[in-house]
Amino acid sequence: MIEVNAVYVLVAREFKKFIRERSRLISTIARPLIWLFLVGGGMSKLVSPGMGLMGVSYIQFIFPGILGMTILFSAIFSSISIIWDKEFGLMKEILVAPVSRFSIVAGKALSGTIVSVIQAVIILALFPFLGIRIGATGIIETILVCTLLSFCIASLGIVIATFYDNFESFSVIMNFIVMPMFFLSGAMYPVKMLPQILKLVARLNPLTYGIDALKHTVFEGAGIFDFSLVTDVCVLLATSVVFVGVAGTLFERKK
Amino acid sequence: MVHFYMPVPIIKVQNLIKKYGNLTAVSDISFEVEQGTIFGFLGPNGAGKTTTIGILCTLLAPTSGSASIFGHDCARESSEVRKSIGIVFQDTTLDKDLTARENLVFHAYLYDVKKSERDRRINEALTFVGLYDRGDDLVKKFSGGMKRRLEVARGLIHRPKVLFLDEPTLGLDPQTRANLWDFIVELPRRHNVTIFMTTHYMDEAEVCDRIAIIDRGKIITIGTPEELKKTIGGDVIYVKTSDNRRAKSEIEKLFRVEVSEQDGELFLTSLKGDACIPEIIRALGDSVLSVRLQRPTLNDVFLKMTGREMRSEDVSSGDTLKAEVRTYRRHHDRS
Ligand SMILES: Nc1ncnc2c1ncn2[C@@H]1O[C@H](COP(=O)(O)OP(=O)(O)O)[C@@H](O)[C@H]1O
Ligand SMILES: [Mg+2]
Repeated sequence: MIEVNAVYVLVAREFKKFIRERSRLISTIARPLIWLFLVGGGMSKLVSPGMGLMGVSYIQFIFPGILGMTILFSAIFSSISIIWDKEFGLMKEILVAPVSRFSIVAGKALSGTIVSVIQAVIILALFPFLGIRIGATGIIETILVCTLLSFCIASLGIVIATFYDNFESFSVIMNFIVMPMFFLSGAMYPVKMLPQILKLVARLNPLTYGIDALKHTVFEGAGIFDFSLVTDVCVLLATSVVFVGVAGTLFERKK
Repeated sequence: MVHFYMPVPIIKVQNLIKKYGNLTAVSDISFEVEQGTIFGFLGPNGAGKTTTIGILCTLLAPTSGSASIFGHDCARESSEVRKSIGIVFQDTTLDKDLTARENLVFHAYLYDVKKSERDRRINEALTFVGLYDRGDDLVKKFSGGMKRRLEVARGLIHRPKVLFLDEPTLGLDPQTRANLWDFIVELPRRHNVTIFMTTHYMDEAEVCDRIAIIDRGKIITIGTPEELKKTIGGDVIYVKTSDNRRAKSEIEKLFRVEVSEQDGELFLTSLKGDACIPEIIRALGDSVLSVRLQRPTLNDVFLKMTGREMRSEDVSSGDTLKAEVRTYRRHHDRS
């Protein structure tokens, strides 16, 4: 059962804090910009469009990956704020309320989705400056994929957050989950080019499919993707359902 | 017409046990709380007070035994129980980055308070705890006492039938503590709630209608403050002498009572204190260093039952320190 009132107020709270915490917005926007222009710009000189990139420049090639990065960081950050809520007690206030654990998970996942899509759209708006051309349908499709990916990553973040009770774990999560997820996602280089073992790991990473789907919608037709769009969307939907289910079950568990 | 006073138990706890691995935090306790009363759990740090509240408010699963509120089992009918309770946890559970009003709105939505009622109840609650003018300030600017009052106000927004207060005055200065109590004792009458509170301050427990003294997970005794103090059997006399061993046997011979020793001081009860003092001094002569008389307090009850003093001060400073470290780390880690 889902209590709409609870879902609404969890999202409203996240949104309010998102608007209020300028520093958080600035840092989540600045990170992709730095990667895009400093890493992308620098590497463009080294990587020629001929090297498996199907005619797009390197800075263009990583654009979907940078969108994915924006989503990865903002959705995970939003979800693992649950750890802060546990540490500072608000989680108890939420848990004693007469709302189903599933509503709490839904509220948190939607919170992460919304703030993360907003940030992704801000980054997406840069595409004309990179010489990329996306039509109106392409933009809508891209935003839809961003939404699905955000939901998937936010739900994963909730699952992760249920395992930690204090924010000392923050750097562990960043260094051992988020960064590897980013590098093994095809964001910076095609998955095809990875060594066999890493290729396998990349295939288990939901972000890989999200970024692959973004490559489809951003470069309509250019053949730089690894899977079909249908595969990507199905994997993202399926993993989202699994993550929400697991998160709900873990929340239900009493000590 | 004759009115019979029929006590209605609203909370029932039977043979409740909670273990954390090898540690038994709550060890087979049973009690009932009557509707409209203030019930107090009094005991030192680590006694199992918070754990008991955790089970009653559905956050912890009991190892065995049962707890119910209004006939709803706390473990199996969690959502029924959750609807009828309000809680002020031991550590603050406010969102410090939201305003006082926003915290209350958040709560009102979680408990699905009707839209037509929401604003009225929130304004009423802010006024009731004297924070109406500060409603739009961020909670991080509030003092400890203000936060506590706000939490009590929040706990009442959804009109619970039982309000749990876990060490509501922990870490507050004496003046603020006194104010908060004046306000808490009003609650059953004004809001028609039953209060279940815990404290390790003996003097605070005096405001309760009934008290359970809990130590190491067990309820040692239970009753009204007067009943408990009566078990001491009168006044307590403390005697310090240059030879406590000899004095102990002398006094025991003199009054045929048991004399105990605590921190180099002998003490005895069950006597008419004022009349005994001259006799003690006559019997012991020059070896008497000091004698003092005390009306029985709950502290004496605890001392008699456990043979130990309850040192509340050690407890509070530790917990406050922990809270401060957290706040400090929070400001530094987040930025
Ligand atoms: N989550 C936990 N895991 C292990 N031990 C715990 C946990 N919570 C409390 N305890 C232990 O249970 C005992 C009772 O604790 P608590 O109920 O907090 O006491 P009180 O509230 O009376 O100070 C203590 O010894 C405490 O260390
Ligand atoms: Mg406690």
